[in-house]
Amino acid sequence: MLAFPQKIVGYVNVWQHLPQRRLETTKEYIDKKKVQKKDEESSQQRKTRLQEIKYKKEKLEDLIVTNSALRFSIPKSHMTKVSRNANMAKLQAGYLFPEIARRRSAHMLKYPDAQVISLGIGDTTEPIPEVITSGMAKKANALSTLEGYSGYGAEQGENRLRAAIASTYYGDLSIEESDIFVSDGAKSDISRLQVMFGSNVTMAVQDPSYPAYVDSSVILGQTGQFQKDVEKYGNIEYMKCNPENGFFPDLSTVSRTDIIFFCSPNNPTGNAATREQLTRLVQFAKDNGSILVYDSAYAMYISDDSPRSIFEIPGAKEVAIEVSSFSKYAGFTGVRLGWTVVPKELLYSDGFPVAKDFNRIVCTTFNGASNISQAGGLACLSPEGLEAMHKVVGFYQENTNIIMETFTSLGFSVYGGKNAPYVWVHFPGQSSWDVFSEILEKTHVVTTPGSGFGPAGDGFIRVSAFGHRGNVLEACKRFKQLYK
Amino acid sequence: MYKLSTFSSMPPAIFLQPRMSHASLKVQEDGIGVCTRVTRNLNMEKLRNGYLFPEIAMRELEHMKKYPNAKVISLGIGDTTEPIPDIVTSSMANHARRLSTVEGYRGYGAEQGNKALRKAIAETLYGDLPIKDTEIFVSDGSQCDISRLQLLLGSNVTIAVQDPTFPAYIDSSVIIGQTGDFQDETGKYQNIKYMPCRPQNNFFPDLTTTATTDVIFICSPNNPTGHAASRKQLEQLVEFARANRSIIIFDSAYAAYVTDESPRSIFEIPGAREVAIEISSFSKFAGFTGVRLGWTVVPDELLFSNGFPVIKDYNRIVCTCFNGASSIAQAGGLACLSSDGLMAVQSVVDYYKENAKILGDTFTSLGLDVYGGINAPYAWVHFPGMKSWDVFTELLEKTHIITVPGCGFGPGGEEHIRVSAFGHRECILEASRRLKSLLS
Repeated sequence: MLAFPQKIVGYVNVWQHLPQRRLETTKEYIDKKKVQKKDEESSQQRKTRLQEIKYKKEKLEDLIVTNSALRFSIPKSHMTKVSRNANMAKLQAGYLFPEIARRRSAHMLKYPDAQVISLGIGDTTEPIPEVITSGMAKKANALSTLEGYSGYGAEQGENRLRAAIASTYYGDLSIEESDIFVSDGAKSDISRLQVMFGSNVTMAVQDPSYPAYVDSSVILGQTGQFQKDVEKYGNIEYMKCNPENGFFPDLSTVSRTDIIFFCSPNNPTGNAATREQLTRLVQFAKDNGSILVYDSAYAMYISDDSPRSIFEIPGAKEVAIEVSSFSKYAGFTGVRLGWTVVPKELLYSDGFPVAKDFNRIVCTTFNGASNISQAGGLACLSPEGLEAMHKVVGFYQENTNIIMETFTSLGFSVYGGKNAPYVWVHFPGQSSWDVFSEILEKTHVVTTPGSGFGPAGDGFIRVSAFGHRGNVLEACKRFKQLYK
Repeated sequence: MYKLSTFSSMPPAIFLQPRMSHASLKVQEDGIGVCTRVTRNLNMEKLRNGYLFPEIAMRELEHMKKYPNAKVISLGIGDTTEPIPDIVTSSMANHARRLSTVEGYRGYGAEQGNKALRKAIAETLYGDLPIKDTEIFVSDGSQCDISRLQLLLGSNVTIAVQDPTFPAYIDSSVIIGQTGDFQDETGKYQNIKYMPCRPQNNFFPDLTTTATTDVIFICSPNNPTGHAASRKQLEQLVEFARANRSIIIFDSAYAAYVTDESPRSIFEIPGAREVAIEISSFSKFAGFTGVRLGWTVVPDELLFSNGFPVIKDYNRIVCTCFNGASSIAQAGGLACLSSDGLMAVQSVVDYYKENAKILGDTFTSLGLDVYGGINAPYAWVHFPGMKSWDVFTELLEKTHIITVPGCGFGPGGEEHIRVSAFGHRECILEASRRLKSLLS
């Protein structure tokens, strides 16, 4: 018997408008099937067919309704008894960037002739330098040869690549090859770190921040429910970063948490923390016995002398993990390659080295980055590759300057841009989703609403500088027209 | 004593460090530094030793240091050895080169995978089974997918595994917090249901005696026993899952090795769409162990107890914790599924199958009971009354052949050795010779 919720009133009226349809009985169905060319069936096919009928019969039997007022049967689906993970239920809507992509697609359907320019998702657009792709092509071809074929690689990454990363980015910082874990990118690494930390740790994030830190924390069960009034998840410490505090949190107001996520140069604000600020941050982490997860994915975009690695700060090795990526340096957003540094000196409260657990995670829940991507990474770190990467980064930096100048000339308060490929534009008193929609509607340019990165992001729009020069110039022209 | 084996390049002081209790705050004996106040994840503490395969790799390294002149033959870790066919690698090389052109450059791909590849998997590998491309999630391999599925399920579900089984199902379950402690006496983790798979029950769990759990992990063709479940066995399994409203996670990574009529996909069984998730991989199918490509099928009809579609949550996991498989690997996958590509990779699979036959015959000729080998690239050899690590060590010491001790796959694997059939033909033949001379 189907139970109907009491609050449905007049449902019979609704059904009246639907076409009258009588489901065939099981017997009628079987007879119908018998008429088919069953002599061509193998016994196996017949068995399968009868089994399918058996299941359909079970389904129909479930649906038999004796209530004569109801002329139809509503199909009842099989439900497992497995409870949905309560943590998944806490998540609000979809992950931010697929949402932006959805809105973009909807807009393109609405305006099929519009030339939509995407300065939303931070997706690289310029071709990868040949010195790097030829390294990957060579590796791919080598996999067809006896001498060149390789199977499973070390889950931590190829030794040569680990060594190259250590010497290129951590040369004089005494970070060793064995401290480096090569991965398929920072997003996966963030989740692997969360799996390693488990559900019983507390975390702090900047507000605004890259959504993956918060979302992965929710999924792992570290947080409480989402509180709609403040737009924050319970049990996460949000460290506000705004123009008033120079986009660096006032640490005196931050409660102690086990883990602190910090991204510099920052996505989305574009702000790079100073040496002095990071020294205070490391001290804060030390005083609180916290672990700092430092995201340096945009370090190559720094144009002044802001630190490029947390390990430039003395004492950082005992408090910090650093996550980084080839995505925005080498255009590897689709190729998938990154790394995480876990120093040997980083210890849990019982003295157990964090690196040992991360190694176990990497060996058990991962199987190494693609060997072809790793060959690409190695080519990136050759002298020629490094020079080529710098050129592409320089190209995006020039885009950033153009966007910054545009908004500045229009009288906006503009932040970031100097040390990152993101420009953080202030629209005081306005809802960022409204501004996003208006810009999209009137200029056909996709940006990212600041509130997607946290409540303190509201009133801001993130404009990403990844794009062909022509598109960036065109977008700026349209901004000038809209806001003149 | 805490046995660390996975971190081979760590300095010796840490390597030999005894296990510390987490109750007291201690600075390490070699005074390496100050501790944070972050408590170690208790689930990580529950894990026993290192993950199985890096353990084997470590022993191999030690052995090679001990006997620098010995020609060690590895029939241990199931690592493919034969080159990938040209038709596949050239498409990957072309894709890589095109990334240097304006027209050919691609940035972020859809996290669920390239549309053409998803369609090709649905059409080519699932044929007339009603699997939609939207139900297919392309990944960087099964080992990662297993963990992503565990993230999806969360810590409050119970699981059942075959015994013996591929270790990642158990280890990922421990890490996510679904299990209790490891019990040395039984060799099992509390709160996991172990379903014995022995010759006596035809390597398939006796479902009449199996307690119900939320999730059931089944691998067929099986790693390590090599047994491919029959249609009847899988029908019973689906029936069992439907009656108990459990979710089957069906690992079909070795489907390409099926020789007889055994099903290659759980979805060949009617009614499976409402109870099963299938994971699979290009690793053993196309030699992609290093290239990294796999997929997971989550049917639309699979629902949680509150009616919420599992596929929606899995999609969220994939979008939040992952950023898609490498576009180059995906280009390779597409080439594998062209008609020429399929023929080419299947011929490599056949090569390994021939290896498996040679090894199986060798052990049989020596009077040992051998299982598997027909529908899988693994031979499961019985050494009655002997401990599997002892057999492993003896074989390694006396014939310089690496195998895998059965107990590494669970207590039900004791007295067995898994011999993998991946290797150059001459190595397989040489291994055969050595085994014959040792064991005859």
